[in-house]
Amino acid sequence: MNDFTNAFKFIGDNSQLLWDSALQTLKLFAAGFSIAVVIALPIGIVLGHLHKAGFLAINVSNIGRALPSLAVIAVLLATPLGIGFWTVTVALVILAVPVILTNAYVGIDEVDRELVEAARGMGMTAWQILTRVEVPVALPLIFAGLRTAALYVMATTPLAAFAGGEGLGNIIANQASYKIEGVIAASLIIAALAFLVDGIFALLQRFATPRALRGRRGQDIAKGSAVVTT
Amino acid sequence: MIALIAQAGPVIPDFGTGSSCVRNNDTFCWDWFKDNWDTAFGPRLVEHIELTLIAIGIGCAIAFACALLAYRFSRVELPFVSVSAFFYTIPSLALFQLLVPISGLTRLTVEIALVSYTLLILFRNMLIGLRGVPDDVREAARGMGLTRRQSLLRVELPLALPAILAGVQIATVTVISLATVAAFVVDEGLGSPIFDAINRGTFKTELIAAAVLAIGLGFIAYALIALLQRLLTPWARARNA
Repeated sequence: MNDFTNAFKFIGDNSQLLWDSALQTLKLFAAGFSIAVVIALPIGIVLGHLHKAGFLAINVSNIGRALPSLAVIAVLLATPLGIGFWTVTVALVILAVPVILTNAYVGIDEVDRELVEAARGMGMTAWQILTRVEVPVALPLIFAGLRTAALYVMATTPLAAFAGGEGLGNIIANQASYKIEGVIAASLIIAALAFLVDGIFALLQRFATPRALRGRRGQDIAKGSAVVTT
Repeated sequence: MIALIAQAGPVIPDFGTGSSCVRNNDTFCWDWFKDNWDTAFGPRLVEHIELTLIAIGIGCAIAFACALLAYRFSRVELPFVSVSAFFYTIPSLALFQLLVPISGLTRLTVEIALVSYTLLILFRNMLIGLRGVPDDVREAARGMGLTRRQSLLRVELPLALPAILAGVQIATVTVISLATVAAFVVDEGLGSPIFDAINRGTFKTELIAAAVLAIGLGFIAYALIALLQRLLTPWARARNA
């Protein structure tokens, strides 16, 4: 337990170092996560709208889950990308894309067909149906995917230290210089950041849910089993 | 002069005596992989499978007991989900380190962390599976004179099996993935050669070999459990056909 008291002392003594490291960790997180969103969200939404490639869109997240994050980083280290910011970012993107894509696909694909028919009957164009009916109804699932992906990315970001990334993971990887109290301090802050990110996405998920749907779907889709494969 | 160049280059095992492939740190050197299988990879693979099986076994036992309890008394659900979600949210590298002052640099530390990551997934899927049993099926079992226990064992659990196995499947690949990180705490599993290769100056052959083994193990485990699910629930196949 002494290690924990020392860790809090370390946090007090090294607030500047920890603050800078935390910012670098968040920068990596933001880079990986936002690139993944830009890639995965449009693909998932379009495939869901067309009801095409369902088998692929659903199984891609299972494949993603089976990919060990450290192994992905290891493979990328052996490519010409080498050590550095981009290796880490690419690894984060690879891990985050599948969950976002699958949830966006399932969310849009499972929108009640009668709802879509009604919208079409009202004279809505395909674009209007997508943006005014399908996406709003699918938002809870889409955000559940974003939340799970955010957690994956946040969990993997500290591993970046082993691939030349900056941030809190570096303190953990350098126990020789920071001692056990530094390692514990960095771990505590990483855990705190994970709770922060998860909390923010939980709130986003809540606000993104159209009021009429609140408390219905949002309840059963929590992280970890955004899509229960049976 | 040659010595100087050697020092400046990456620290590669057998530097100077190994094959030209190893010395140049080419993408993948089969000869090195074959020569080191018995020491660097085979035992690591076995350890990795051990770590995974222990974690899944203990995780299933805890989650199953709690899920049955929550199925009977729904008040148990929220506390269990809250506690397991708490652990699930902590990034693995941090959780391993936070446990070190408590349980040391031991396999116990690794297993505590790995088990805690399985609980949320397993518990949730078990409960979803059990609650997914239609009410009329449950009533029919009652009507046939089955006791509550018989109904659970012979009717409800078999019907919940697909969801339960789906949970085991996800938990298993998750543990295989996280067990690679465990090597940072205990020198075991396939993460060990990965960290070793990084310390040697990104020795590519070792990196790729360990990573491919870890990824392959995840996929094989995934496929095996999918197969098990098919074999154990023949009625699901009949319905789909």
